[in-house]
Amino acid sequence: MQLNSDQARIAEFLRDNEDKVVGRWADLTAAGIGHRLSAAELRRELEETYTLVVRSIIGADESAAGELRATLAELSRSRARNGFTPGETALGLFSLKHAVYELVADDKDLVPEFLAFSRTIDDLGLFTFETYAAAREQVIADQGQAMLELTTPVVRLWDGILAVPLVGTLDSARTQVVMEQMLDTLVATGAQHAVIDITGVPTVDTEVAQHLLKTVMAARLMGAECTISGIRPQIAHTIVSLGIEFGDVPTKATLADALAYALKRSGRKVVQA
Amino acid sequence: MDEVPIKASNDVVHVRQKVRVAAAGTGMSLVDQTKIVTAASELARNTLVHGGGGMARVEVVSAGSGRAGVRVAFSDHGPGIADPGLALTDGWTTGNGMGLGLSGARRLVDEFDLATEPGEGTSVVVIKWSR
Amino acid sequence: MDRVPILKIGQTLLVPIQVELEDQSVLQLREDLADEIVATGAKGVIIDISAVEIVDSFIGRTLSTIGSMSRLFDADTVLVGMRPAVAITLVELGLSLEGVRTALNAEQGLRLLGAGS
Repeated sequence: MQLNSDQARIAEFLRDNEDKVVGRWADLTAAGIGHRLSAAELRRELEETYTLVVRSIIGADESAAGELRATLAELSRSRARNGFTPGETALGLFSLKHAVYELVADDKDLVPEFLAFSRTIDDLGLFTFETYAAAREQVIADQGQAMLELTTPVVRLWDGILAVPLVGTLDSARTQVVMEQMLDTLVATGAQHAVIDITGVPTVDTEVAQHLLKTVMAARLMGAECTISGIRPQIAHTIVSLGIEFGDVPTKATLADALAYALKRSGRKVVQA
Repeated sequence: MDEVPIKASNDVVHVRQKVRVAAAGTGMSLVDQTKIVTAASELARNTLVHGGGGMARVEVVSAGSGRAGVRVAFSDHGPGIADPGLALTDGWTTGNGMGLGLSGARRLVDEFDLATEPGEGTSVVVIKWSR
Repeated sequence: MDRVPILKIGQTLLVPIQVELEDQSVLQLREDLADEIVATGAKGVIIDISAVEIVDSFIGRTLSTIGSMSRLFDADTVLVGMRPAVAITLVELGLSLEGVRTALNAEQGLRLLGAGS
């Protein structure tokens, strides 16, 4: 963004005609915003932005430029969160150009300075676009993370026995998230046994298998035991052909078998009532 | 960027603390923070014990996509490593107490660069990115 | 240098590690523990690492040797409260912590000591 003290004349003009310009700006912008913002709120926002724009144009006031960017960034983010399109946000800014142009068009002294002012506003418009995009990316990322956590529950199968039923295709990221959740739950509940059930998992690749193995080893280091259950024939085949060694990790065909095993290991017996 | 001289055994703790602060600032997960701090601890100790002392430089870096990471560079003017290839294999893991722990540290980070010249010294640069 | 405290509960020594472990502290702990085991005739040692954020190969190896050393004095050592992030990192480092057993917390650690012989 250019900070140009050759913009002294237009800066003065803007300062002296604040009411008229902001009023016209509000009219031009309100049409696009509709009822999503009240007239009073909109006016307040525009006045705040206007003051900062004028301050930063007056020249060499670095803090004003920084404040202006920060205010526009926040405005853009809040618009993003409230479902405005980036175009609407940027157009709101470009309307300021129109409002000013209407008033200076006949003044040939101001026209050259207007061009520089126009470029400044263009840059700011682009900036709001970029901030908007970044904010939307963040919303998407947060939602992705929330979904990841929702779809990977760790359940208390029995007193001291946790189960992690994995369903669907596993990718490296998701597997790691689940495994860390399992380890955290071991600490939180003091459960000494965990069963990782992969009945609902169609395929397992090397990376995922390694994450599972490392998690089992980590649980063991912490003082708990893990069993893996539900290994289907196809997966068993893949594991063997990939050369992955499950070593001394107990594996059971079904979750039921794994539960029986864990109960036995924890010194409990299931008897007929 | 923070420079931490590595001259005595409690400097290993100083390196850990600086790296921990930098890692926490990038917003990386707790597990990832633990990994980079532990790797830094290994490498700092190497610098001290095998390199005769040296320096660690800790800084936060950013990738093109806006991701942040922690970069730690270790340097010493010690004897260097005669066979870096061997030092990086798992035969030199820290289990038996004789290895340099380099292969272990390498598994904990995303980027690992080792440069060594026998008689001149060693430099190790590691980077861990937040996801 | 912070010295790690050693508490006595019946026949068991409890070692809560609350500070950032400097190399010297860990080595000092090994010496102090040897003295205490001999002095008290303790049969079990519980080292609580629930407040420990970083266990690197040196600290890990030293904890192992503490375990082996205690064994020489006829005492069992149990490491309790290891944090998940620490466990995951140790697995990546390839450390197996021979010489010590582990439990999720002090209560389970005491049970392990009681059950073992």
